[in-house]
Amino acid sequence: MVTVALDADFFHRWMSAVSAAVDREAQRLTELDSAIGDADHGSNLRRGFAAAVASLDEERPDTPGAVLALAGRRLISTVGGASGPLYGTLLRRAGKALGDAGTVDAARLREALRTGVDAVAQLGSAAPGDKTMLDALYPAVEALGESGEDFEAARGAAEEGASATVPMLARRGRASYLGERSIGHQDPGATSSALLFAALADTAGAVASGDDGEAA
Amino acid sequence: MSADREERPLVGVVLVSHSRQVAEAVAHMAHGLASGGPSVPVAPAGGTGEGGLGTSSELIIEAARRVDRGAGVAVLADLGSAVLTVRTLLVEGDLPEGARLVDAPFVEGAVAAVVTASTGADLEAVAAAATEAYEYRKA
Repeated sequence: MVTVALDADFFHRWMSAVSAAVDREAQRLTELDSAIGDADHGSNLRRGFAAAVASLDEERPDTPGAVLALAGRRLISTVGGASGPLYGTLLRRAGKALGDAGTVDAARLREALRTGVDAVAQLGSAAPGDKTMLDALYPAVEALGESGEDFEAARGAAEEGASATVPMLARRGRASYLGERSIGHQDPGATSSALLFAALADTAGAVASGDDGEAA
Repeated sequence: MSADREERPLVGVVLVSHSRQVAEAVAHMAHGLASGGPSVPVAPAGGTGEGGLGTSSELIIEAARRVDRGAGVAVLADLGSAVLTVRTLLVEGDLPEGARLVDAPFVEGAVAAVVTASTGADLEAVAAAATEAYEYRKA
């Protein structure tokens, strides 16, 4: 992949792709959440990302940082479950870390995402291995690699990370009340985190193939 | 201004629960048990904006503004998204200056906070009283 400058439009399309993926997978997310949570993860995230994209479409922020910050704010104000402040913090912090640059390279995006994921860990007082979204997010950020451009590797790492939560004992959130009964179920938050990175890879792939939805 | 006319503003209390009914009922109970003293500003922020189970950042921000008299606001939350949302709003500066998430059991902490606030105690003392409610063992 050639080194690409990622602009506000790229981030806007990434958020739209996340919204579409969450919409498509809402049923599955809610089913996973009904096993060990309160069966609202799919509908909550669908509402949150739809609101985020609606605000982006309306306000059209013109820097990558502003796109992520606005999406994060909307998630915090519309989700109603723990995934709102958690994903909201991830995007808001990553957005803040990107500053007000008009374009950023992939290495800078990787660093911003790492900052965002660290903020999520701090907010939830959680660590990898607790059966949370961190189990998909940390491996995905690592897999982006030195250049930050290994988007497909990040997609795979996030999916593997989500699958790896199946045998884990939940240590955070409502699922932790279930103790050993949380074992054997895939974590819904890690599953939606994998969608975030799948959408990133799809968006980057569309850029690489020239099919990025922009007029040539 | 004479000293006996001087009124110190009271600490406000916000009660954030997944359930609107729980937040309202705990506010009612804390008020009732604190009766006699001056009326502490207490605001429930329960459930989603639509009345379902969950957390609404807008309700929390509104509630905190409503009870802010300039002496600080003690925010108590029940669990999960209620706690995470308050923490996020504090970090992002969306709550009034002097608002603080208090580490306390929800019902007992609310009663302790409101009773203490009704004495004119400052935020530090209100928060400490709420946290101390953890110490009372029941069995």
